[in-house]
Amino acid sequence: MKMLFSFFAVIFLALLGFAGGKSTSLQFIFGVVIPYAAVATFILGVIYRVADWARSPVPFRIPTTCGQQESLPWIKQSKIENPSTSMGVWARMALEVLLFRSLFRNTKMELREGPKISYGSDKWLWLAGLAFHWSFLVILIRHLRFFSEGVPLVIGITESLDSFLQVGVPLFYLTDAVILAAVTFLFLRRVFIPQVKYISQAADYFPLFLIFGIAVSGVLMRYFLKVHIVGVKEMAMGLVTLHPVIPEGIGVIFYIHLFLISVLFMYIPFSKLMHLGGVFLSPTRNLANNSRIVRHINPWNYPVHVHTYDEYEDDFREKMKSAGIPVEKE
Amino acid sequence: MKIYDGGKIFVGIIIFLAFVLFPFYSNTGKVMAKPDPKIDTPEIQKLAVKKCVEPKDFMRSEHMQMLNDWRDSVVRENIRTYKNSMGQSFNMSLQNTCMKCHSNKKEFCDQCHNYMAVKPYCWDCHIAPKENKT
Repeated sequence: MKMLFSFFAVIFLALLGFAGGKSTSLQFIFGVVIPYAAVATFILGVIYRVADWARSPVPFRIPTTCGQQESLPWIKQSKIENPSTSMGVWARMALEVLLFRSLFRNTKMELREGPKISYGSDKWLWLAGLAFHWSFLVILIRHLRFFSEGVPLVIGITESLDSFLQVGVPLFYLTDAVILAAVTFLFLRRVFIPQVKYISQAADYFPLFLIFGIAVSGVLMRYFLKVHIVGVKEMAMGLVTLHPVIPEGIGVIFYIHLFLISVLFMYIPFSKLMHLGGVFLSPTRNLANNSRIVRHINPWNYPVHVHTYDEYEDDFREKMKSAGIPVEKE
Repeated sequence: MKIYDGGKIFVGIIIFLAFVLFPFYSNTGKVMAKPDPKIDTPEIQKLAVKKCVEPKDFMRSEHMQMLNDWRDSVVRENIRTYKNSMGQSFNMSLQNTCMKCHSNKKEFCDQCHNYMAVKPYCWDCHIAPKENKT
């Protein structure tokens, strides 16, 4: 159900994009208004979410650690897995953001004959996740050629590396195949592993279908259906120079692609895709484990009025004396 | 409302904006010259009917595919004659057929290729036509 809902939601969105591309009167809305709205929603939404997170105090260090913390000089500290300094945190964050270190530790539990429980390393999720995210990044960088005049060298190099096999014309991009394979794996994983299927929601399937739809429409556009590509760049440059134009005869598949991407960008701040910003703000990863070195004061500590013994004695000295209770001061 | 670690959050947001807004600020004030491929070579002027081997729209989106097919056909199968959709025959040759008419690589091919930052590897092997600098 959840799966079908997400699937048909993406189909519906693709049809909307199709309708927008077909009718010349809607092209302005789908080619200019919605992309601008999407970028604005994306930027403001991400800033809002990040600021919202930053408003939550993190009073104590809560790192999840997988190594020996800093202790006595003769006990070797695991400086990256359990950092006590900023440098160590930077290293751990870099490993986390660039190589998904914590996902690398993913394990799988199996019930074997006996019955015996066995745990084993399971790297497939890590591998597919890494392949997916890096392909996505390369694809994003490649697409900047539509948004720059005199395309920067980095973009050109990325593109030529991505197409270095020189298969077919237009040259086949490796990342196109990798991202489709990785998304398919990430989807099938949710379908075929019962435990994962049980906890999967529509919000888990939707981004997968959406990104699959974006990748498929892009692949169709580049290799099969073909669009008026010079027109596409004119349109892209029009958008980023704030002089939007709608060149004629671009091809409807482009509008589907563009609309699905607009939806993706709008969807990010409201969904789990916000891990784009969240990964940097995970308190279990980005805090040094220095609880025993630095005193962390809870920011919401209430200023408690304390009535000390001295004050107590001042209040009741005479009565204490008459009752024969010893006092500190006479 | 209090923002914790405001400095770091601020720097993070600035970096985010620097990435996301890159296409906008890197293009401010630029006036894009649209590519304008020219077809006024002497050879094309001589033609009675100014038509390429296939219709313009097809050539615009499929020329790279066609050239690739031509190459495979000539190099691997030794088939050198191309029959177009009108039934006319052409010699499959980049230098002798395509570039015979389109002798102005700089004003024709390069116009869109440079605009789109596409670097076709045709000229890794083929010799680009000599152009008269006028």
